[in-house]
Amino acid sequence: MRALGELSDALARGEVTASGALGQCLDRIGRLDGAASGRAAPLRAFLRLTVEEARAQAEASDGRRREGKALGPLDGVPVALKDIFCQEGVETTAGSKILAGYLPPYDATVVARLRAAGAVLLGKTNMDEFAMGSSTENSAFGPTRNPWDPQRTPGGSSGGSAAAVAARLCPGALGTDTGGSIRQPAALVGCVGLKPTYGRVSRYGVIAFASSLDQVGPLAQDVRGVALLLSAIAGKDERDQTSSARPVPDYGAEMQKPAAGMTVGVPREYFGGGLDGEVEAAVRAGIAVLEKQGVRTRPISLPNSPHAIATYYIVATAEASSNLARYDGVRYGHRARAGALLELYEKTRAEGFGAEVKRRIMLGTYVLSAGYYDAYYLRAQKVRTLIRDDFARAFGEVDAVVSPTSPHAAFKLGEKLSDPLAMYLNDIYTVPVNLAGLPGLSAPCGFTRGGLPIGMQLIGRPFDESGLLRLARALERETEWHRRLPPLQEDGDARLRL
Amino acid sequence: MIDRRQVRHVARLARLELTAAEEETFAAQLSHVLEYVEKLNAVDVSGVAPLSFAGDASAEEAWSALRADEPRPGLPRERALAAAPAQDGAAFVVPRIIE
Repeated sequence: MRALGELSDALARGEVTASGALGQCLDRIGRLDGAASGRAAPLRAFLRLTVEEARAQAEASDGRRREGKALGPLDGVPVALKDIFCQEGVETTAGSKILAGYLPPYDATVVARLRAAGAVLLGKTNMDEFAMGSSTENSAFGPTRNPWDPQRTPGGSSGGSAAAVAARLCPGALGTDTGGSIRQPAALVGCVGLKPTYGRVSRYGVIAFASSLDQVGPLAQDVRGVALLLSAIAGKDERDQTSSARPVPDYGAEMQKPAAGMTVGVPREYFGGGLDGEVEAAVRAGIAVLEKQGVRTRPISLPNSPHAIATYYIVATAEASSNLARYDGVRYGHRARAGALLELYEKTRAEGFGAEVKRRIMLGTYVLSAGYYDAYYLRAQKVRTLIRDDFARAFGEVDAVVSPTSPHAAFKLGEKLSDPLAMYLNDIYTVPVNLAGLPGLSAPCGFTRGGLPIGMQLIGRPFDESGLLRLARALERETEWHRRLPPLQEDGDARLRL
Repeated sequence: MIDRRQVRHVARLARLELTAAEEETFAAQLSHVLEYVEKLNAVDVSGVAPLSFAGDASAEEAWSALRADEPRPGLPRERALAAAPAQDGAAFVVPRIIE
C-alpha cells in the first residue's frame, strides 16, 4: 500500500486504478481487521465498510481518469471516516449504543467535500464513545488494537482511523480532535495527524462533543497525504458560523517550501516530570534533525500549561453535558420502554450511554449547576485566557512550538480504565492547543526499544497549518520512521509496497 | 467533596437514571477529579476576562457572519422523522405528559 501522496501520483500517472487501490485496501482489511479475518486478535479499526458505494465511487473515478477529467489529487484515493461524521444513509453511531442503527439524512460538510474531490469512502472507523477517551476502549462496540502490539491501545479517540492508516488498511482517514484525539493516536500508531486551527474546517454534520474545542482533521502515513486531505476539507461553510472565511492555501505546495530559517520554541514545561525518557530522547533527536536543516530553536516558557488538564475537563465536560442533552429517545437513536416522559429520558440515557460518557455528563452538569458555575466553569474560562495568552506571547518570538505529543508510547488495553484521572493525563501536551484554538500536528520521530512508535507535536500560530506541514516535511525528508511497517506481515503480503 | 446525595441531584438534572452501584462509583471518581481540578483555585485570575471561544481573531467575525435571508428548501419532514423511535407521519410521538 502506497502512502497517500505516492498513491495520488501513481493514479495520476495511470500506474494504478482507483478500483485497484480499493481492492488492495479491502483485501488487507479482510485479512487484518475483521472478525472474518480468522486472526486471534483482529485490529477492529473499522466499525463498518461501505463496499458497494466505494466500488461505485472507484469505478466513477476510473472513468473520469480515462476521460482526462480527474477532479484533483484525491480522485480515486480511498479514505476512511471516523464514525462521528454523518454520512447520508450510512449508519453513524459515534461509538455509542444510543445511536446504534442511526441513518443520517444528510452528509457532513467534510464528507460532501471529500466526495466532491473524488475520494473513495471506505467505511466508518471505531472511536471512543462520543470521542470521549484516549484509548478507543470506550467504544460501545469493543476496542481497536494497536497494529504494533495487539495487547496495546492505538490511543484515541480517533483510534480506529489512526490504526487503519498505520496498518496500511487505507492511505488516509479523517478524525476529530477535541483534546488530542487526532494527534495522540497518530503518535501511538506512528502516522501523521493534524488538528487544524479552530474554524479552519467546518463542523457541520460532525456529532458534537465540546463545540468550542472540536475540530476535524486528517491522518495519513505521509505529510503530503495530510496536506492533500486538508486542502480538500478546509474552508468557509455557511452551515458552520464558526468556520473561517480565510482563503485556503494549497497545502500540498506549501509543505514543499523549506523550513530553514524558521524558529521553533521548546517549552520547558513540556519536558518535565511524567515524561518518559525514551519519548524525550526521540523528540530531542527529532529537534536535532530540524536544526540540521537550518531550523533555529530556543527555549521558551508556557507557564500556565500545568493548569490545562483541569481547565479542559471543566470546559469540555460542561459543553458535552449540554450537547448530549439531545439524546433523549425522541427524535433518533435508542428509546427505553417507559411510562412517563421524564422516566423515558432517564432510562433511555441510562441504557444508551457508557460509563465514561455518563461520568463526563455528570461532571459537566455539576460544574454548570447553581452555586458551582462561578467556582468551576467561569474560573476555568479565565484560566483558558491565560493559556491562550501564553502561546500568543511565545509566537512573538518563535514560529512554532515543539513538544512530545504524548508523555509515553502506547499503553496496554485495560491499564488505565479504572482510573479516569490517569486516562485524562494522557492529554497533558495536547489539550492546551485546543483550549487556545491553535493548529497542532503529530509526526513520527522514533521508536521505543520495545518497538512502539513515538510522536513529536508541532504547534503553530492560528491558521499557520502551512508552517507545521513544512516542519513536519523537513523531519520526514531526513528520517525513515514513517516507512517502518507494523509487524503484521505474517499475512505474507509480498505485494506490499511502502 | 461530592457525596451520593449530590450525585443523585446532579443525575436528576442530567436526566440520567443511575444504579446504586453507579452512584457510589461516581461519587468516588467525581470527587477524585474535582479534587484535581480544584488546583485552579490557586491561579490568580483577577482582572482576567473569560474565554468561551478561541476562534478566528475575534468572536465578532463568526457571530456577525450573516448570509442573505433567502428562502430555500429544508430537510423534508418524512426524512426528519425517519430516524425517530416513534412518529405518526407528522410529528414525533412521546408518552402523554398532560392528563
